[in-house]
Amino acid sequence: MSRLPKPPEGSWTEHYPELGTAPVSYEDSISPEFYELEREAIFRRAWLNVGRVEQLPRKGSYFTKEVRVARTSVVVVRDGGGGVRAFFNVCRHRGNKLVWDEFPGEETSGFCRQFTCKYHGWRYGLDGALNFVQQEGEFFDLDKEDFGLVPVHCEVWAGFIFVNLAREPEQSLHDFLGPMVTALDGYPFDKMTERFYYRAEVGANWKLYMDAFQEFYHAPVLHAKQTPAKFSTAAQQSGFEAPHYQLDGPHRLVSTSGIVAWELASDMRKPMEDITRSGLFGPWDGPELGEMPPGLNPAGCDPWGLDSFQLWPNFVILIWSGGWYLTYQYWPTSYNTHTFEGNLYFVPARNARERVAHEMAAVTFKEYGLQDGNTLEATQMSLESRAVTHFPLNDQEILCRHLHKVAADWVEDYKKNHTEV
Amino acid sequence: MTDRLLPAGFAELEPFAGTWCLATETERYARRMASSMEEMRTFYDAFFPRLEEAVAHCDTFPLDALPEDARRLLQLVYSLVMVSMSIEIFHQPKAVDAADAEIERVREPVP
Ligand code: FES
Repeated sequence: MSRLPKPPEGSWTEHYPELGTAPVSYEDSISPEFYELEREAIFRRAWLNVGRVEQLPRKGSYFTKEVRVARTSVVVVRDGGGGVRAFFNVCRHRGNKLVWDEFPGEETSGFCRQFTCKYHGWRYGLDGALNFVQQEGEFFDLDKEDFGLVPVHCEVWAGFIFVNLAREPEQSLHDFLGPMVTALDGYPFDKMTERFYYRAEVGANWKLYMDAFQEFYHAPVLHAKQTPAKFSTAAQQSGFEAPHYQLDGPHRLVSTSGIVAWELASDMRKPMEDITRSGLFGPWDGPELGEMPPGLNPAGCDPWGLDSFQLWPNFVILIWSGGWYLTYQYWPTSYNTHTFEGNLYFVPARNARERVAHEMAAVTFKEYGLQDGNTLEATQMSLESRAVTHFPLNDQEILCRHLHKVAADWVEDYKKNHTEV
Repeated sequence: MTDRLLPAGFAELEPFAGTWCLATETERYARRMASSMEEMRTFYDAFFPRLEEAVAHCDTFPLDALPEDARRLLQLVYSLVMVSMSIEIFHQPKAVDAADAEIERVREPVP
């Protein structure tokens, strides 16, 4: 029996009939062949978030992003005019990787006036122009104009930097994001510059981890031991229902109503939460942020808990009612491994008490992530046995169903366009 | 002259300062994993009742201009947050059901 209202069709899933209700195959998460297709069909076609503008505080600030699934490294830089640009991280002379530190496979960031290749010293400006060639006279008809860094399509929305590795993107970033996501315009992301950045290597397909964070059906069970016994029992009995799901093109969102932590009986809370006034849901005393954009809390939940925006293909923005947000990125490294990145963003602490509340939220976040990560490796292993191939997904797992469908659609679409040529 | 690490009012916590005043989450997490429950319980029992006062003490200074001893006291608070996960919830150093999963904090605010 559901306790919350559902769409007139009777369920969220049937509200989007293209999803169907049949059991779902997870072959897309265990097949090396499907992964090979995803490289081109998804990661060289979709807009990919690589970071935020605050990571490029001044002219000459740069960072690199390894997109291994697309066999590509990108360097993102704040140019002389204050704009954000991206280039393929490849020297035009003989193809050395241009920007890297000690280990060529590791990402790096910093500040420079120009990029100098470690191999033979060619130098490029922040606009990508080739400015200097060692012993230029030894070359044959070399026009430096023709040997600038190769640009990557790069656009910014709400301070989030996206790149598109296609030669010509099929859509602008704004069109790609669509109305559901861009209705977040105006959220004060730019005020939340205190950042905790986490990274993990996960032994599971990237879509499996996205699944773990796009349904909360698992929360009362897997994370039972994260909360005092009395709270866990109450949570398992009530189960979980989200009041609102929404799909828009390849993107999706879930909105939840809030638990007001400090109104729970004290034996439902951890002693540390009482003193720090913080926990998994973030600080209890959030900042005053003023008016919120219409895209936030789209179902008007009161109390409202969070909105989790799942941006195709591999980016999540999760906004908490307490006035802070998280991002997740899932960067595939093989069909059964990926690199997970999680960032927590707060309005900078004004004093030690606020900073301790942020620390409490961040430390708690990691404890949950550790459990999720471990479960996923177990899932990957058992899926790979292929003992079972199709899995029933319930209505609270609609977003998982949608993700796998979009992945299949994009791969299908790509195959169609490539066999017809 | 004194070689105390923490503010004067927190003398009874000095024995923990050498072990638990750690600047980064990576160090604090590693120390938690390397500690016995008994060691963490001793630290928690000694510090938890004074936690509120410790935060209040740090709050008498601007966050970006903490004196050395207050900065170390704040690091001790972060360590208590870390240890509380083991003491209050899991009753073992590592999160239950986390096995060998690892998540690294690569960047964090200072202090
Ligand atoms: S490869 Fe870069 S200068 Fe030769």
